[in-house]
Amino acid sequence: MTTTYAVLSEGLEKRFGAVHAVRGLDLAVAQGTVCGVLGPNGAGKTTAVRLLTTLLRPDAGSARIAGHDLVREASAVRRRIGVTGQYASVDGDLTGRQNLRLFARLHRVRGPADRAGELLDRFGLTESADRPASTYSGGMRRRLDLAASLIRRPDVLFLDEPTTGLDPASRNQIWDAVRDLKREGTTVLLTTQYLEEADQLADDIALVDRGRIAHSGSPAQLKALIGTYAEVVVAHADALAKAAGVLDQLTGVQPSFDHERNAVGAVTGDPTLTLPRLVRELDAAGVPLLDASMRPPTLDDVFLRLTDSKEPVG
Amino acid sequence: MSALAYDGTAMLGRQLRRVRNNPALVILTQSMPITMLLFFGYVFGSALAMPGDAYRSYLVPGLLVATAANGIMTGMFQAAQDSHRGVTDRLRTLPMSRAAVPLGQATADLVVTAAGTVPFLLVGLAVGWRIEGSALQAVAAVGLLLLFRFACAWVGILLGLASRSEEAAGQLGSATFMLPLLSNAYIPTDRLPGWLRTLAEWNPISAVTTALRYLFGNSPVPEGAAWPVAHPIAGSLAWCAALIAVFAPLAVRRYAHNDR
Repeated sequence: MTTTYAVLSEGLEKRFGAVHAVRGLDLAVAQGTVCGVLGPNGAGKTTAVRLLTTLLRPDAGSARIAGHDLVREASAVRRRIGVTGQYASVDGDLTGRQNLRLFARLHRVRGPADRAGELLDRFGLTESADRPASTYSGGMRRRLDLAASLIRRPDVLFLDEPTTGLDPASRNQIWDAVRDLKREGTTVLLTTQYLEEADQLADDIALVDRGRIAHSGSPAQLKALIGTYAEVVVAHADALAKAAGVLDQLTGVQPSFDHERNAVGAVTGDPTLTLPRLVRELDAAGVPLLDASMRPPTLDDVFLRLTDSKEPVG
Repeated sequence: MSALAYDGTAMLGRQLRRVRNNPALVILTQSMPITMLLFFGYVFGSALAMPGDAYRSYLVPGLLVATAANGIMTGMFQAAQDSHRGVTDRLRTLPMSRAAVPLGQATADLVVTAAGTVPFLLVGLAVGWRIEGSALQAVAAVGLLLLFRFACAWVGILLGLASRSEEAAGQLGSATFMLPLLSNAYIPTDRLPGWLRTLAEWNPISAVTTALRYLFGNSPVPEGAAWPVAHPIAGSLAWCAALIAVFAPLAVRRYAHNDR
């Protein structure tokens, strides 16, 4: 069986003057899956989504969205996508209901009022339906945004940082909504700064760095790519440097510190580095060891290793 | 119904609903020219050589046109707000007519302006302004006024879409209040120094104001003015046609390909 791709781009490029924001984006999102696009600020995530949603015209390259050419069949693409993001928003001066009715009308949905009512219900907005959207809380606003992009049951839904700035309860509501959509067969492409979000929702992850995809694969594949994370906790801060020295020697990787917990850790791809060996070496060096562990890396570790980002995102 | 008409009507509905949701703002905007009429009419009117009644009568068409020129500011504010708050981009991802969004905005602006003209004219009548020409000419005057407003709205929409931020649009938009100061909206231009007079008379506001004064029968076309003022109706129509022909396509284009 051949895979059908809901999003398939080849060599997409976009420049803004001297800034080469997207330089050769090759992205393949299989139909019915959730793809997480991860990257540090300024990596080109938002530009990539703006290109794929017809908001920007690419300078080079091509893409097919839900089987339609991004540039030549832009209106067919627009009929099949939904977009929610920091930049694609609802009208704060209209009520929730007025917003959804307007978008339903513009989507040529039959019975715009009924569709609006349905979506308000689904996203728990019925009670506030007749208040201006500008009075909504962050979470409600985001749910209204999401509802607005689902008016016509899109084949592909683009979510640009859908939970940035939300409290955990609102974030969970959005996550549940994304899972429901996936169950219904909608393809979702979401950008996020939160690695946990990608880990929770995405079937595949594309790591974007400096305008192109640095790595892609399932979360497990990406984690396997970089090895195991070894971490030790020492009795007092003075011993951290010594522990780091041993870790450096064993892994060949610059260790990273967690000063609050007196912990230091590093990623290793060396299969001969086992937990007993780690403990023996540290003990031999006279490190006052409180705890030692080896675990699969988090996406955070993946992110730091595979992109040039100097600081963790999120 | 064509896509443009259907989507344009939906966008017109959106703008009018916004007005209905926030009537205080509209009432405030619409009461500005009334305040100015009373203030200018009685404060300046008592200091001018012209008798107060005559000045207030002179001022009514001038303020109508000066207020119509505020269409630039209103158009800018709204377009910049939509553009920088993500509404424009949401609309641009929809399978709808590209021209419908700016057209809907300009048309809604026209409806609101037309409604606001009624109370202003009533106050004008109360302070001594009269329709001294024929009813048909008066209707033509209002038509010309609305056409000018429509043209100004397109100028504003383009500038708003091109603005860097809402604040920038706000600052530039507010500066447009100076445009009527350099025209014959508030004062006759015939005593201005030569070059300044030429500049003021080539201001579109002067041509439209003169046309309104002529059509309402308030004052004759001044002698020896620059062409648009000397031929106020042709001059006004030419100005409006030129503004719309230049700014409407640019605004639609800017909306459709906003490569920010």
